[in-house]
This record gives sequence, structure tokens and C-alpha cells, in this order.
Amino acid sequence: MAYDYESRIRPGKLPHIWCPGCGHGIVMKGLIRAMDTLSLKKEETAIVSGIGCASRLPGYMDCCTLHTAHGRAAAFATGVKLARPEMNVILVGGDGDGTAIGGNHFIHACRRNIDMTYIIMNNYIYGMTGGQFSPATPTGHKASTTPYGNPDPAFDIVKLAIGAGATFVARGTAYHANQIDKLIAEAIQHKGFSVVEILDDCPTTYGRRNKYKSVVEMMNRLKDVAVPVKAAEKMSAEQLEGKILTGVLHKVERPEYCDEYAKVIERAGGNK
Amino acid sequence: MSKKVAFLQGNEAAAHGALYAGCKFFAGYPITPSTEVAEVMSAELPKVGGKFIQMEDEIGAMAALLGGALAGKKALTSTSGPGLSLKQELIGYGCIAEIPCVVFNVMRGGPSTGMPTGPSQSDVMCARWGTHGDHAAIALMPASVQECYDMVVRAFNLAETYRMPVFVMPDEIVAHMRERIEFREPGELEVIDRAAPSVPPSEYKPYDTTFGDVPPLAAFGSGYKFHVTGLNKLPDGFPTTKAEYVQAEEERQLRKVYAKVDDIVEFEEFQLDDAEICVVAYGSTSRSARYAVNEARAQGIKAGMFRIKTFWPFPDKQIKALADKVKGFIVPEMNLGMCSIEVERCAQGKAQILGINRVDGEPVNPEQILEKMKEVK
Repeated sequence: MAYDYESRIRPGKLPHIWCPGCGHGIVMKGLIRAMDTLSLKKEETAIVSGIGCASRLPGYMDCCTLHTAHGRAAAFATGVKLARPEMNVILVGGDGDGTAIGGNHFIHACRRNIDMTYIIMNNYIYGMTGGQFSPATPTGHKASTTPYGNPDPAFDIVKLAIGAGATFVARGTAYHANQIDKLIAEAIQHKGFSVVEILDDCPTTYGRRNKYKSVVEMMNRLKDVAVPVKAAEKMSAEQLEGKILTGVLHKVERPEYCDEYAKVIERAGGNK
Repeated sequence: MSKKVAFLQGNEAAAHGALYAGCKFFAGYPITPSTEVAEVMSAELPKVGGKFIQMEDEIGAMAALLGGALAGKKALTSTSGPGLSLKQELIGYGCIAEIPCVVFNVMRGGPSTGMPTGPSQSDVMCARWGTHGDHAAIALMPASVQECYDMVVRAFNLAETYRMPVFVMPDEIVAHMRERIEFREPGELEVIDRAAPSVPPSEYKPYDTTFGDVPPLAAFGSGYKFHVTGLNKLPDGFPTTKAEYVQAEEERQLRKVYAKVDDIVEFEEFQLDDAEICVVAYGSTSRSARYAVNEARAQGIKAGMFRIKTFWPFPDKQIKALADKVKGFIVPEMNLGMCSIEVERCAQGKAQILGINRVDGEPVNPEQILEKMKEVK
């Protein structure tokens, strides 16, 4: 299918700010394909972000876009969605924005199961500020603030989302570009809070410090570690050592927040 | 038909004032001594099809508030000192992105946890200077339960008119005391709704100053699509670092308020015509001040009161004029001298300034004010 990329991008807002080799543009293309596939109306769609490289994405998209403060995308978006449940609300951002400073809003959006889709571009680092370690940086890895190796353990964002109550959780990678739009489209169609983690790369502030010689090497790593969840069923524990599952990893039905609030209004007699 | 009257707390009255103003969205986080506002809103908003959400933390409540406001709803939050501190980054976001909303902040002791159930007036500077960067501020100071109701209505009008967060700041005494209040009849108080854009979506820019210093704000989901950011921005809402735009935008965001200061600043002059002593007071402290002025007059002392109803913008012009007339100002307040700083700035050394400052959880009483009058020379 031919996708209409141009009509979804705001006139005059490219080029983007992302470095050569960054995967965020691949994710944005996937988001555009998903929105195009679902024929989401621009005026009825809000894309909300926090602060960071990934959070600059909304500015390039031709719809209602809200570039909030660091970590606060999920909380702003909750306000927009509750005020106008008929809108499609999509959140985008990075691993630091979403799981450190925004971690509280993230888990509570999962808990409420409010019908929004959160795309987390996980490049394991705070890129915009120059490469400090995030809650997703693997233990032992180098960042500008872990010159002797990172002593912190990392979050598994998928497990975090499932544990907090998200009803749709998927993972893809920037290498597997053709899968991204399908995961995002399914997430948007899911009724409830959906999380799509895209494993991404930051050659500028993460790759160089961690001995990746090139963007190609970083992309090849994503290709090598990713195992589709279906394929994993046939693999042994040994074979899965060091691998990361991709695809739709969690999908359940649970009452959605705005629907539940509509019942509150009903009980209070507010529909008169 | 007789008016609906009730015996309410200031906090409860504030919630009913918000409903009168057409508030349809509340986001908050529980905090003493403001929680009754949230409790009433949680019960009343769904009755009118409005939305109430208790968020996971104070800044999250401010974020959801701004999101709801951007989606076109009149939006209220309530909080108190520590919560006001936590909300500050996004109060600044509301200022720079120009999103109307009302922050009802009940003043308790501080800093930090301080005295959660004790009265205070020590958040007044936090409302003005709490968030970083240059910005205008509007803060109203109710002194009665009726004023909690009426000033919340006015705060919504100011927020929608000037497209910014507006504070209503009772001290804990005003917030928790019970008085008889009248529910306003429809049409009795002015209710200002947000100005809708006059241009079609294809031509709309959220910060287009050809429409004046307060450009109309469209709502997300109303057919308009646009960009909102906390970065310094161009008329179309997109970020810029171009010096001429940043300077002009920052100046406009102050000018939109300070050019209209005479419309915004409200105050009460009590027994000031021939006064030699002027008590400058606000909130519950003004009730002690009124009593003290009456007592002083009975004793032949020429005292009066200037009651601040709009704390920000500060009534500079009025205090300056009084400084030329009176011998001295007495500034009683439940903090260690915040309003005093402003009175000193305006008086420019032309009159004596005596503070009465209590932070022990007790109100300033009339006897203290009467006693202080003896020190005016």
C-alpha cells in the first residue's frame, strides 16, 4: 500500500532535529503509516510529548500537537483525553522522559487504562542533554555520567507497563521498520492504555561511548537480539539468553477510564 | 423568589463559585487545608456532565488541568503551599503557552510541610515568583466565604480574558470558616467565556498578535489543529530562538496584564479619607484590621484600612498615593513580611512602615494592630 507521508507532515517543519543514524525518524514514519492506515482525522488526533529528542516528534506532525514539560506528557494527555474522550490521543517520548521524571504519570496512566497509546522510543540514554544514563541504560554501560560504567539496574519497560496495568503492550525495534506501523496501529485500535516500546539507537551519545563502530553495527544489534514472541515459543531458555522479545506481548480487556467516568456521570444524574 | 442561601466553608463556596462560572473540569491532588474544594467538585461536576480527576501527584494535577483547559474546558485545581511549590514548573507552562485556568491555593504554614492545619499568608510571593522566568501574575485574596465564591467566578473571567493561570489565595481561616453566603442568580455576576477564533482553521495561529495582546485560543478537538509548546515560540506556536521574537513575546506576555492593571486591581478603602494611619491588610487579617480601625476611630485616632483584594498585580498606584497622604502604614500579615516589601517599594520612603508578623499559627488580632498604631510617628 502506498502511504501518504507528505499530507501528515506539517508544511515547512522539516528538516527534523535528529542526528544522522538516529532511529526516531523511522518510528515517526511508522506512526504516519499507522495513522494513514487507520485514516485518523488530523483535527481529532492529539499527539502529546514531554521533553527530549523523541519528544520533538509532534512538531513535525500535522494534527493537534502538544509539546509539554519534561516527563509530563501522560498527565497532560490524560487531561485532554478526559475532557474530550472522542479524540485519538497518542503520546510519544523517550526512555528518560517516560520512565524517570515521568515514571509516576506513566504507571498511573497504565493503572487507569485510559484509552491512549504511548510510543516510547528507548535509545537507552538522555540524548538531548548529551548522553547521561537513563533508567533504561544497561548496567555497566557508559554514559557521560557513568564514566566507570553504570551501577544502576535498568527497567524492563514492557514488564513495567504490564505490571502497572496497561492492557496492550508491544515491543518493536527501529531495525524492524515494517513492523512498527502494525504494532502502533494495533495499539491505537486497542481500547485502553496501550504501550509500544521501540528499541532505538543513539549513535551520537550512546553508541560511541559503548564501542559501537557505526550506526549499522547498532542496527545489526537490534536485528540480532530481537526475537518475535511467536518464534520464542519454540526456543529453549538457552537460545533465548540475551534475546529481547518483540511483537504484541500483552493484550487483555479491562474497563477503560473514560467509559468508567461516563458511568460516574450517569450515576450522578449528569446526562439529563 | 428568594435567593438560595447556605452556611458554608470558604472552600465549599469556592467550588460552587467555580460551577457558577461554568467550570467543567477539575484536576487535583489531596492536600490539607484545601481538600474540601476537591470533595465538592467530585460530587457536583458529574451532575453537570463535567469531569473530575484525582491525579497521582500535584504536578500531574497541574498537567491534567492544562490538558483539560486546552481541550476547551474551564478548569480548576485546588492546592496548598507544598502543592503550590510542586505545581510551579507547569504554572510557568500555563503562562508561556497562555492556557487559562484557575489555581485555588489555601495558605497554610511553611516552608515545606510547615503547619498543615494552621493559617498563614506566606504563599503570596510564591504565587508571584514561584515559577522561573519572567511572567505576569494575577492573584485574588478573599476575606470572606462569599468572596471565595465571587472571586473564583472573577478568577475564571480573568483567566479567560487574559489567557493565563489565575490564583485565588485564601488563608486557611477564610478557607475553613463558615459563614452565610448567597448563591448568585444566573446573570447576577458577569461570566466571561473564552473568545473563539474569528478565522477558519486553515488560517489560525494560536499566538497571532494581529488580534491583540491576547490572541484567541482555539480548543483541541474543535476542528482547529495547532501546536503548543513550553519553548519560546513564533505566532504559529512553533519554537524559535530568534531574538526579536523572544523579546517581543516575553514583553507582550507581561504587557497583556500590566497595561490593564486598572481593570484587574480591585481593593477596598475603609475610613481612609482623613486617615493618618493606613492599615494595609488582606484575607482574614483584614477582618482584624477593620475591627482595629473601628476601635481606633472610637478612641479618636485617625486610622483607616486599605484592603487588598487583588494582590497581584500589586496596587502600586493606590499605595503610592496613600504614601503621600498618611504618616504611616501598618502591615499585619501571617508571614514574616511579604506584603511589607511591596508597600515599602511603593511608599518609596515617604511614610513609616510597621509590620505585624505572625507565623505561629494564630491570627493577627485587633489588639496587636491597635497597639502598633501607637508607634506611628
